[in-house]
Amino acid sequence: MIRISTRQWAFHRHAWKSVNRTLSSGAEAKLAGASIEQGSADKQRSESNLPVHDVAIVGGGMVGMALACSLAKLPLTNHLNIAIVDSNPALQNGQSIKKETPPDPRVSTVTPATRALFQDVGAWKYVEEHRHAYFDRMQVWDYTGLGYTKYHARDANKEVLGCVVENKVLHKSLLSCLQDSGSQHKLYPLRLSSMHLEPASASSHHGSLAKLELSDGNSLYAKLVVGADGSKSRVKELAGISSTGWKYSQNAVICTVEHMEENRCAWQRFLPNGPVALLPVGDKFSNIVWTMDPEDSLNRKSMSEVDFVKEVNRALDNGYGPRPKSQSFGGASPFSWLTAKNTVSADDCFEIPPKITKLASERMVFPLSLKHANSYAKKHVVLIGDAAHTVHPLAGQGVNMGFGDAFSLSNVIAEGIAVGSDIGEVSLLRRYESDRKPANLTMMAILDGFQKAYSVDFGPLNVLRAAAFQGVQSFSPLKRNIMSYASGEQRFPLFS
Amino acid sequence: MIPRQILARARSLARPAGRSSQPANHYPSLEFHHKLRTRCYSEAPLPSPAAANPVTPVSPEPPLVPVAAHLPAADLRSKSSLNEAELKKFAAISETWWDADGPFKPLHAMNPTRLAFLRSTLCRHFGKDPCCSRPFEGLKFVDVGCGGGILSEPLARMGASVTGVDAVEKNIRIARLHADLDPTTSSIDYLCTTAEKLVEEQRKFDAVLALEVIEHVADPADFCKSLSSLTEYSGATVISTINRSMRAYATAIVMAEYVLRWLPAGTHDWSSFLTPEELVLILQRTSVSVQEMAGFAYNPLTGRWSLSDDVGVNFIAYATKNRE
Repeated sequence: MIRISTRQWAFHRHAWKSVNRTLSSGAEAKLAGASIEQGSADKQRSESNLPVHDVAIVGGGMVGMALACSLAKLPLTNHLNIAIVDSNPALQNGQSIKKETPPDPRVSTVTPATRALFQDVGAWKYVEEHRHAYFDRMQVWDYTGLGYTKYHARDANKEVLGCVVENKVLHKSLLSCLQDSGSQHKLYPLRLSSMHLEPASASSHHGSLAKLELSDGNSLYAKLVVGADGSKSRVKELAGISSTGWKYSQNAVICTVEHMEENRCAWQRFLPNGPVALLPVGDKFSNIVWTMDPEDSLNRKSMSEVDFVKEVNRALDNGYGPRPKSQSFGGASPFSWLTAKNTVSADDCFEIPPKITKLASERMVFPLSLKHANSYAKKHVVLIGDAAHTVHPLAGQGVNMGFGDAFSLSNVIAEGIAVGSDIGEVSLLRRYESDRKPANLTMMAILDGFQKAYSVDFGPLNVLRAAAFQGVQSFSPLKRNIMSYASGEQRFPLFS
Repeated sequence: MIPRQILARARSLARPAGRSSQPANHYPSLEFHHKLRTRCYSEAPLPSPAAANPVTPVSPEPPLVPVAAHLPAADLRSKSSLNEAELKKFAAISETWWDADGPFKPLHAMNPTRLAFLRSTLCRHFGKDPCCSRPFEGLKFVDVGCGGGILSEPLARMGASVTGVDAVEKNIRIARLHADLDPTTSSIDYLCTTAEKLVEEQRKFDAVLALEVIEHVADPADFCKSLSSLTEYSGATVISTINRSMRAYATAIVMAEYVLRWLPAGTHDWSSFLTPEELVLILQRTSVSVQEMAGFAYNPLTGRWSLSDDVGVNFIAYATKNRE
């Protein structure tokens, strides 16, 4: 008997709380009988006025919005109530991006695998409405002039190697995709101040939820908190997840430049102090990402525009060392006996990068570091994107790893909902971790290896590096393997 | 040994296509019968390490009510398929039901896999769309031997109206406490009772689930009869258990209880396991035909369970009532 009445009381308590949440006057009339419980349930009622969401994405950047979009599109998760916590004003007003403005210096290279994921959720069509630049060639060489590698998309039977898109375009596309999907989502234009993951009291109705406190004093409940708030993630800090990593003693200077001819090739030259990369952005613009020592970065940021353009041209062309010789008929390539062909097509010759004519944006400087969270998931909390891993920009992989995380997490959440799991359960989140962690760690190890290998100026090592360039250039299966791994089609290099 | 014709017929019953339901006129061999009767009237069931009191052996003459007399609330006239010592074993570790690293860790790990089987077979049976988040909306399920509610809660989240039944009062209490933490699962109706009592109350359900229960029951034949009576004519019965094979002895008992220590020693009694053929036959006697069977395979490298065709160790059977 007592059992039955306590169950009824619990049922009424929940019914009362659900009324508060939905705020429908019709339901309130039905529950007039539950008013007896008011006195005892007062304290819990004030708590239960707080909104309860299924997923709270802290950080509405590219990766956070990719997760929101993906959850909104998958049939098993499109009923979820999503909260996005980000004080960035770009999320609020529907500012359209004007085509006349020169490209923003903050760009990302989208690999074909990421583009396929975007197409799956229907967000790529929004990206194509704005400026974007496909490239089908890439040339990598260094200052010693001993070797170079030229990648062509057609060598791997593909059309493009990647697409360079401004970050604000990617962000706006994902935001539009989410808004057009019609799913339930709410933006909280605030910052996260604190988080409670353990239930306050054992008998609390919201015992199985995480409580987030925002900067204006309001709170909200969520079954799952996703930390997509970047390398200085507050969610990671509040959840007590430690990370491993080190700072590179390098800063990156980024800016947009203009040149005379069209550019459909990505250029990267390794200099003694770090690589300089020239990526096509669209029209006659390209993006420069130049890694260098911190003192040099301050100098180059403050020098005049004309001087900077001269420095960039020197860095890309024949400053610091000679140009490599093309492999031609009489080319002294040590690997020429391995390749069957004796003639070399014009496309495989060393090309000089386009000459920069002027600077088209301000110069921005960012410190570089490597950081990896020791675990991606805890009860009710999961990390994606830069919050989980930060890498060197030398291979343009950082945000692609983040997008991979976002889409993998949404699939894992869908699988969990298919079998009725609680989405905040650690066992479910660990499946996401075991899917992404090995791939992320492998990529990070390779990028770190490259960064270290190219920051030493030592005679024999230089020759070894040059030999590596030549080897990859001549040995096409290896080249194809590298291209397929870098474009995201292969999970691990060399194997699979 | 079991006659080959019976085995062949049992196997053909287990396969989904081209089944014919024949009346079970074939008498099983004496040995087979002996095995079942031994369990029914077994003396000195395995003493559990956790229970302090010694277990009194049941008298060798077949009494009408073997173990029901031990239960204070049971009606003396109603037969019960419960095994007192098994109940004591579970009552001792009931606090650890929701500890994902405790003695119920394998069950938590296996849960998503068996839910995947339930989802695919029951959605097909009831004609529901498996791609929606609440496919079992409007259906009444009963989880017999629900324990702490590990299976009942996900089913409630998938939309079913779940009734959880367990003979151990402590389990029901733990289950209710945990279910009340989440509003979607707080509607689960937990009852401390037995399948037989539900039959007496003439309750009927769309799906009757008894997962990992039948190996702890004293009289599996009676238990299956109760399960069959609880199922609606258009309903489904799902039973999962461990196969009585050498591989199961090696993995589920030696490895799980003694080597890896996932489960407390003595959790399972190998002689209480049922082979798939036996389960099919027992169910057939209660007019329930097994439509599909699947096994669970454990991958030690990933630590995950998956569905497979190998019914050698853990298996699950989905059955429907015969339309007479």
